[in-house]
Amino acid sequence: MTVVFKKTPVLRDVPLHYCPGCGHGIVHRMVAEVIEELGIQDKCAGVAPVGCAVFAYNYFEVDMYEAAHGRAPAVATGFKRVHPDHYIFTYQGDGDLASIGTAEIVHAAHRGEKITTIFINNAIYGMTGGQMAPTTLVGQKTTTSPLGRDKDHCGEPIRMAEMLATINGSAFIARCALNSTPNLIKTKAAIKKAFETQIARKGFSMVEILSPCPTNWGKSPAEAMDWIADAMIPYYPLGTFKEV
Amino acid sequence: MVERNLFAGFGGQGVLLMGQLLAQAGMMEGKNTTWVPSYGPEMRGGTANCSVTLSDQEIDSPLVTVPTALVAMNRPSLEKFEKTVAPGGSIFVNSSIVDIKVQRTDVNAYYVPCNEIAAELGNDKVSNMIMLGAYLGKSKCVEIETILEALLEKLGQKKAKLIPLNREALLKGAECVK
Amino acid sequence: MAKKLMKGCEAIAEAAIQAGCRYFFGYPITPQNDIPEYMSLRLPQVGGCFLQAESELAAINMVYGAGGAGARVMTSSSSPGISLKQEGISTCAAAEIPCVVVNMMRGGPGLGNIQASQGDYFQAVKGGGHGDYHLIVYAPSSIQEACDMMQKAFDVADQYRTPVMILADGLIGQMMEPVELKTNPDLVLPEKPWAATGYTPGGKKPRSVLNSLYIETEDLDQLLERLFARYAVIEANEQMWETYNTEGAEYILCAYGTVARVCKAAIRILGEQGIKVGLVRPISLWPFPSKAVHDAIVQDSVKEALTVEVSSGQMVEDVRLAVNGERPVQFMGKAGSYIPTAEEIAERILQMRRG
Repeated sequence: MTVVFKKTPVLRDVPLHYCPGCGHGIVHRMVAEVIEELGIQDKCAGVAPVGCAVFAYNYFEVDMYEAAHGRAPAVATGFKRVHPDHYIFTYQGDGDLASIGTAEIVHAAHRGEKITTIFINNAIYGMTGGQMAPTTLVGQKTTTSPLGRDKDHCGEPIRMAEMLATINGSAFIARCALNSTPNLIKTKAAIKKAFETQIARKGFSMVEILSPCPTNWGKSPAEAMDWIADAMIPYYPLGTFKEV
Repeated sequence: MVERNLFAGFGGQGVLLMGQLLAQAGMMEGKNTTWVPSYGPEMRGGTANCSVTLSDQEIDSPLVTVPTALVAMNRPSLEKFEKTVAPGGSIFVNSSIVDIKVQRTDVNAYYVPCNEIAAELGNDKVSNMIMLGAYLGKSKCVEIETILEALLEKLGQKKAKLIPLNREALLKGAECVK
Repeated sequence: MAKKLMKGCEAIAEAAIQAGCRYFFGYPITPQNDIPEYMSLRLPQVGGCFLQAESELAAINMVYGAGGAGARVMTSSSSPGISLKQEGISTCAAAEIPCVVVNMMRGGPGLGNIQASQGDYFQAVKGGGHGDYHLIVYAPSSIQEACDMMQKAFDVADQYRTPVMILADGLIGQMMEPVELKTNPDLVLPEKPWAATGYTPGGKKPRSVLNSLYIETEDLDQLLERLFARYAVIEANEQMWETYNTEGAEYILCAYGTVARVCKAAIRILGEQGIKVGLVRPISLWPFPSKAVHDAIVQDSVKEALTVEVSSGQMVEDVRLAVNGERPVQFMGKAGSYIPTAEEIAERILQMRRG
């Protein structure tokens, strides 16, 4: 019988806990497939964040750390300095990376730390129940911006990819989205490029991924994909911001 | 034998170095020694100081609160620490810039014009070594040659040419208190 | 090896290297900067890595990463910086990461001052971060002891898979004493099959999961049972203390760190007056040497005990618990980095004697 699809062995055979329509499962699979395709499973470790992906250490079939909120890039730095010939990725959400962990991510990039960061931007805090994130769009209603985000009160959403691309130590910075098949293909290609950047020891690499959160957005999975296209991409343009 | 010394002066007068050389030389001669830089509220008021204890026995407290010898490189140091010196102890005063005298009568006071002698030697920077020489001339707790060995270790061979000048400064200081 | 006159901070750093430490992550704060400065020069010479982190938070999490990767790793800081590290220290305790944290205590609370202090005793021994855990805490009173302690600290950290703290007052870091650094060229580091060193499915080494999250109650219970069973072993085997002049003493002083040496000077002064006073000095602050402290104080000749600290009274609580009311335990000390002098301590004993 012809095999038309096979789950990558870098994803463990356990059920994921994510909500229906969530983007994490898609990105997990892409990351795992890239690790498999690059043949680095035995030399790769990952760092799970605090956020919806907190249990990612149960899902990837590699050595895993669980880091405190925002600290994944520092933990990855510690690992990488001990094992410079191994590979490590951090997997972080927008509260983790763009709020509490800004110092860690900026300075990992600043040092040109040879690590890869997968940054899930879904414009909201998922696990704690839909609070406003630094990436929440102006006017977007969350449990801590019930009337919609007011830019005069709490600023405008932060664009991490653009910001990190300005840092010399960044070697590959891209933003992708999960809302369409072409964008899925581009996302996986960017993740692969990011790992290749690490393997080539060029510097820090990050892929920001616009990802749906139907549960906290109060939308169906299909509507959530449309919202990425209609609301997020206009503010968060897709593309490669840095490549050396 | 236990010597509890307090070296005090302005920052930049080489007070900490004086103490370090004494501690290093003491160690080289097999003594127990501790060197403690300025600590506590005594840091306030224009003095940098260090305490050096030398002993044949294990040293209990490294803090010198009742010194057996006080080296006062400037006036605030003398004013502040004169009262702390142990009865029968010694006070060495840099008389080049300290224009007052030791008031106590139960201690031995020595006046050393460090800056003038240094000027005679052609190098202002050795005034601390002149004072250290004076201190050693009285306490005799380590040999001047050991101080020079300690200094050589500190300076490194590249600056070994400075040793004769420092030897002269130490000897001049010692002569001062004869 | 010949003795060398060294500043405490530098001696501690070199001793760590001799103990196999190859990674240091830190952030500048007075008065411990000589440790990172020394490490930045020395670690590359021995094939290690020094990194100045962007914050204390980042530094301790780098320690987590490196310790989890199987390396001997340390960080150092001083009181306000140690407060920032508590998140990571709690994480390392839960994730069972061996590492060494040096705290050169300065005055607090808040930014406090930069002088020697002992105000972080509670933070160190009662769990400075959140949750139920302990650190092994050692308090050196001389530079030689601090050096010898570094080897011990790395060894017990690995043995028990726990963070170890060296709790020193700033004085230990800044003063100089002759030290004999023990080199250990044949040092063999223990195997760490649990560490993240690369995982091959079906291979010998299990997949590493270094984690402090145990969302199911029974899972967290299991972790805590495991940790506390280990803590019981540590309490039974790892207590360290010194007694000095205690037998038949009339009064017993209790102090740790440099202050204990000042107490010895007070004992000398009182001895010259024919008054016999002894000292019991906890070296491991956790596990606290309760029995040794009890036995030193609760003997027929002893009237009272006096705990001396550079704090408003922290360790004194553990001393009183150890003595359990069998003798009065008085306290002498002030926060704000004021180290009592030997003369003041002696005077206090004379006062107690007068009643």
